[in-house]
Amino acid sequence: MQETPSTAIAAGTTASRRRRRSRGRFLQAATPYLLIAPVVIVIAVILGYPLYWLAKLSTQRYGLFELIQHAGTSIGLDNYRSVLHDEIFWRTLLRTVVFTGCIVGLTMTIGMALALLLVRVSRPVRLLLSSGLILVWSMPVVVAVQVWYWMTNFQNGVLNYVLTQLHAGDYFQHDWYATTFSQLGMVSLLIIWGALPFVAITLFAGLAQVPGDLVEAAEVDGARPWRVFVDITLPIIKPILLILTSLSIIWDFGVFTQPYLLIGQSKIHTGNYLMSIYLFEEGYFKSDFGRGAAISVLMLAIVAILSIVYVRRMVRIGSEA
Amino acid sequence: MSRRSRRRARQTGWDIVGVLVFAVMVFPVFWMISTAFKPSDEIVSLNPTWVSLHPTISHFRDAINRPYFWEDVKNSLIVVSATVIISVTLAFLAAVGLARYRFRVRTLFIVLVIGIQMLPQAGLIIPLYVVLARYHQVNALTGLVVTYMTFVLPFCVWTLRGFLLGIPKDLEEAAMVDGSTRLGVFVKILLPLMGPGLVATSVFAFVTTWNEYIFARVLLNDQSKQTITVWLSYFYGTSRHTDWGALMAASTLTAIPVVIFFLLVQRRIAFGLTAGAVRG
Repeated sequence: MQETPSTAIAAGTTASRRRRRSRGRFLQAATPYLLIAPVVIVIAVILGYPLYWLAKLSTQRYGLFELIQHAGTSIGLDNYRSVLHDEIFWRTLLRTVVFTGCIVGLTMTIGMALALLLVRVSRPVRLLLSSGLILVWSMPVVVAVQVWYWMTNFQNGVLNYVLTQLHAGDYFQHDWYATTFSQLGMVSLLIIWGALPFVAITLFAGLAQVPGDLVEAAEVDGARPWRVFVDITLPIIKPILLILTSLSIIWDFGVFTQPYLLIGQSKIHTGNYLMSIYLFEEGYFKSDFGRGAAISVLMLAIVAILSIVYVRRMVRIGSEA
Repeated sequence: MSRRSRRRARQTGWDIVGVLVFAVMVFPVFWMISTAFKPSDEIVSLNPTWVSLHPTISHFRDAINRPYFWEDVKNSLIVVSATVIISVTLAFLAAVGLARYRFRVRTLFIVLVIGIQMLPQAGLIIPLYVVLARYHQVNALTGLVVTYMTFVLPFCVWTLRGFLLGIPKDLEEAAMVDGSTRLGVFVKILLPLMGPGLVATSVFAFVTTWNEYIFARVLLNDQSKQTITVWLSYFYGTSRHTDWGALMAASTLTAIPVVIFFLLVQRRIAFGLTAGAVRG
């Protein structure tokens, strides 16, 4: 076979161009996978591996001895059986559900009221109020706990002083951490205070979507403010309300730092456990990792069910864009 | 009363409510700072003064001279910077993949990114503790960095994806037509435009990591190895002898970097968690 140099070159370049193109196509198809690969690998290793261990631990007797030996003894589903037959588990679950319900209800109601207030006030007051909210939002949780503890301590807390001055009763040296109800009440106040800015500001941003002329038209037609709110405002901001509510439920159900630090380790007992604290005390503090793992699995399952609404909604948003 | 003046009266009424709400919400922060600067006798007085006429910085001096303060600040800074740098870099790549390409496991990846952020942290302390103990990473900052990445990574991916969607694709396509390579587009166009987004995401990741408590509490036992939030949580010994002034000074110091950073970026990032639901 004889080829002129020029045709050989031409054939060569076509082939290499074709090869380059097919390599390019392959690269193009692979690009997204290459881009997400690092994150996927890291997550698989640092989360997947512990999750695998979580499942394994939950079927083992695994205490301090086994931790040092690096080997647990398989005991089947005994850990789960033990937890599900534990009266403290069910009481804690019920307490946590009621606690979460109260906090979420109050946060959403007050947050909505604050958002509506932000709409009503004049510009300078709006700036003042929203700056204040953002300041509160930025406070680290541990710092907020310490401040709360200082404000509510029985000897010279400012809360007792103010309540007494306002003639709300005699709160001289009133101990807010004496009963479970009062302890959890203080924890709730702290959590609500910390959560309000996020809820209020997000709802306020949502209220900006409500067309002003629609509200005005309704008012001209003589609709009462409450009806305007229920019939016009509420349907428009419903998606945001839904997302905020499910986020709040998920967060408040698993809350740990505020109750653990505000009530204080020395005052925590089976009668004021919340879910995360139950898990921490029974599993980590008592070094009963196997049983703790079983509690974790149950808790993760509950939160997974609670998250369905939120995750589905967000995934739909993510897939659209 | 005319209609106009009635409306003005109502406006004033709302404004008064607004200022009152502001006062109640901000009071704890005010009280923290006010206590931090008060002389001790005014702090324990049964009739508290609102703002001291004789402010002192001695509580701040006490706080920073407590054992392990500087060590733990350093630890926090190391953990935070390592977590933020690694997470933002990896997350940026994944965010580009998510915002610019359609691929088969895309939805699954989104579920992963959203779902992980919903995991209750307490639910993971036991497996993480046991696994890290096996690899002798308990009491080591590396273990904590790795742990934090689990939560910071998905958050960064999602937020950066939001910022990327704000950059029109046409810009990149035009550059491609002009003969730029994909990498060239990435470096010359995406990166500069993403500057503010990258900064905002890093700062928010910084704030989250700096504030984290439970993992640091569980995974670091040695006092010299702890982070600043755990240091602060151990501040009061017995409640009867708490040095409130120093505690509030320490709280103020812990909060300052976070508050400053947060105020800088809050507007850019606040809606990441509800992105799409709020068109702001």
